[in-house]
Amino acid sequence: MNNKLTQLLSTKQKDILTLYFTAGFPKLESTISILKGLDSTDVDIIEVGIPFTDPVADGPVIQKSNTVALKNGITLPLLFKQLQEVNISKPIVLMGYFNQFLQFGAEQFCTQCKAANVSGLIIPDLPIAYFNTHYKELFDSNNLHNHYLITPQTSDERIREIDNISTSFIYAVADNSITGNTKDFNDAQVAYFKRIAMLKLKSPIQFGFGIYNNATFSKVCQYGHGGIIGSSFIKALEKGNSITDFVKNIRG
Amino acid sequence: MSRYTIDSEGFYGEFGGAFIPEMLVPNIQELQENYENIINSEAFKKEFISLLKNYVGRPSPLYYANNLSTHYNTTIFLKREDVNHTGSHKVNNTIGQVLIAKHLGKKYIIAETGAGQHGVATATVCALMNIKCKVFMGAKDVERQSSNYNRMNMLGAEVIPVTSGSKTLKDATNEALRYWIANPNAYYLIGSAIGPHPYPDMVTKLQSVIGDEIKQQLTNEYQQNKPNYVIACVGGGSNAAGSFYSFLEDEDVKLIGAEAHGKGEETGKSAATLNLGKKGVIHGCMTYLMQNKDGQIKEPYSISAGLDYPGIGPLHAHLYRTNRAQYIPVSDKEALKAAYFLTQKEGIIPALESAHALGVLEKLSFKKKDIVVVTLSGKGDKDIETYIKNSVK
Ligand SMILES: Cc1ncc(COP(=O)(O)O)c(C=O)c1O
Repeated sequence: MNNKLTQLLSTKQKDILTLYFTAGFPKLESTISILKGLDSTDVDIIEVGIPFTDPVADGPVIQKSNTVALKNGITLPLLFKQLQEVNISKPIVLMGYFNQFLQFGAEQFCTQCKAANVSGLIIPDLPIAYFNTHYKELFDSNNLHNHYLITPQTSDERIREIDNISTSFIYAVADNSITGNTKDFNDAQVAYFKRIAMLKLKSPIQFGFGIYNNATFSKVCQYGHGGIIGSSFIKALEKGNSITDFVKNIRG
Repeated sequence: MSRYTIDSEGFYGEFGGAFIPEMLVPNIQELQENYENIINSEAFKKEFISLLKNYVGRPSPLYYANNLSTHYNTTIFLKREDVNHTGSHKVNNTIGQVLIAKHLGKKYIIAETGAGQHGVATATVCALMNIKCKVFMGAKDVERQSSNYNRMNMLGAEVIPVTSGSKTLKDATNEALRYWIANPNAYYLIGSAIGPHPYPDMVTKLQSVIGDEIKQQLTNEYQQNKPNYVIACVGGGSNAAGSFYSFLEDEDVKLIGAEAHGKGEETGKSAATLNLGKKGVIHGCMTYLMQNKDGQIKEPYSISAGLDYPGIGPLHAHLYRTNRAQYIPVSDKEALKAAYFLTQKEGIIPALESAHALGVLEKLSFKKKDIVVVTLSGKGDKDIETYIKNSVK
């Protein structure tokens, strides 16, 4: 079967909107209703977070959603079951920390992803070199993309290396920070967006971290191919706001 | 290269490495590229050795414990890290790392702390060297260890109570890492031989003064060639790593780590990571950790706040896996008993952490002529309340 993310990225080059939510939050079964809800909006990519006790790269909003989801009883086997229950037309990317991937078993994890029609993974604490020597073949054979992060501190040279090995979008962390900031972009951030645009990379750029409304989404779309929104979507879900309205507001 | 040192990627065998998000890569790389040069430089060595001598009071005594030896019918020495300034071995590491931070031109220090011993040692050295410091401490620990919280404040540190997760050491470490991501100008001073490469190796080397002194003191003061046993307690594993380091290549020397076994395995209230944990990644490092089958990290339990860390330094994971060292679980009760015994026999009140190392003496059988060195990692002043509450007749 074709990888939905590969298809999407080959046809759409701008204003790509990715929404992140935490599996099993606010209710255990919410995973399914949120997936279905998102599938009927004009979101492009759905990123599903695998709850973890110790999400080091995440801010308070996502931390809390992780804690609640774990209390609700979400586990990886259950998440894979939920994903298989629904038939989602949009590409799905799973985001989780390396230890869960390890404990589940790399091979089993990738096989389950394939069975659940997952297009790729984001594992922020899995270093690129370690991925290449240990898991690259496994990912390839299961038709899964791995996603690499770059940050304002990443050198041009390393960005180019990452661009060379990337098979999907590059996750450009927009801020020297953890997730969940709601401030306007500062000059240093904008300079960094420009620097990335000037590099004219082959891989599409998705900016994430600190993108939370129409203004910040539109801004990053000027410099890259799209943006990823997490914490502010989680807040909306927590309040029980309509998914359709949330997406409409972001699209503007 | 030895079997027991790190490779170029920071692995001891299959353990160690740097499993960090990209946001931390520049900071970690800077440290990886520079720490060895700094530690080996004459300027660093001169300052480090001078401070260890004149400020900390090193060398710490290697004390022949006559009464204890008679009781166990063997020859027992105590390596007295408890007499160090600030009352534990932690200060060896904080002096070293604050010097490293200064060499790197860092303007302020961040640290995590559990019981507060590392936090106090950090705040102390930062006061001495006139450098700002921020200490992350689980809100639960702030309550449990209020005297250390107050000491840190008096020393001028900004202590930040951490309310995320389980509000203890692992969450304080998470929060310090998050802060570091957002504030890459800070220097993160990790308190044990844990975390991403190069911390485990760097902390081990800074603490190796313990084992080096043991070796010299046995030779010079007691005309002994080498010990038969070196015993130390293991939280993250820094005092044990420092005690073992000089003896790793000498396979005749038995190395014993004491893990905190809390209320025992049946109760699920333990911190014996190597005995109960499984391989995985915690705080940037491949090692053993306490976790459930889904890879969620479990909150460990021990009566001693300095030993309830869910992971363990990768050197120890490697020594365990290769059978170079043995790790023995010691329960709350056994540690309390050992603490009371040492106090009554030798007039030394040990830290609860160190009491776990003493608990091992009950569990092994020694020959009369065996030389047994136990590292007394800290003093018991901070634990008096717990000792009184749990008095052992
Ligand atoms: C006195 C004492 N001993 C031991 C430890 C455990 O740390 P490590 O295993 O790094 O030596 C601590 C930690 O706080 C401590 O305060």
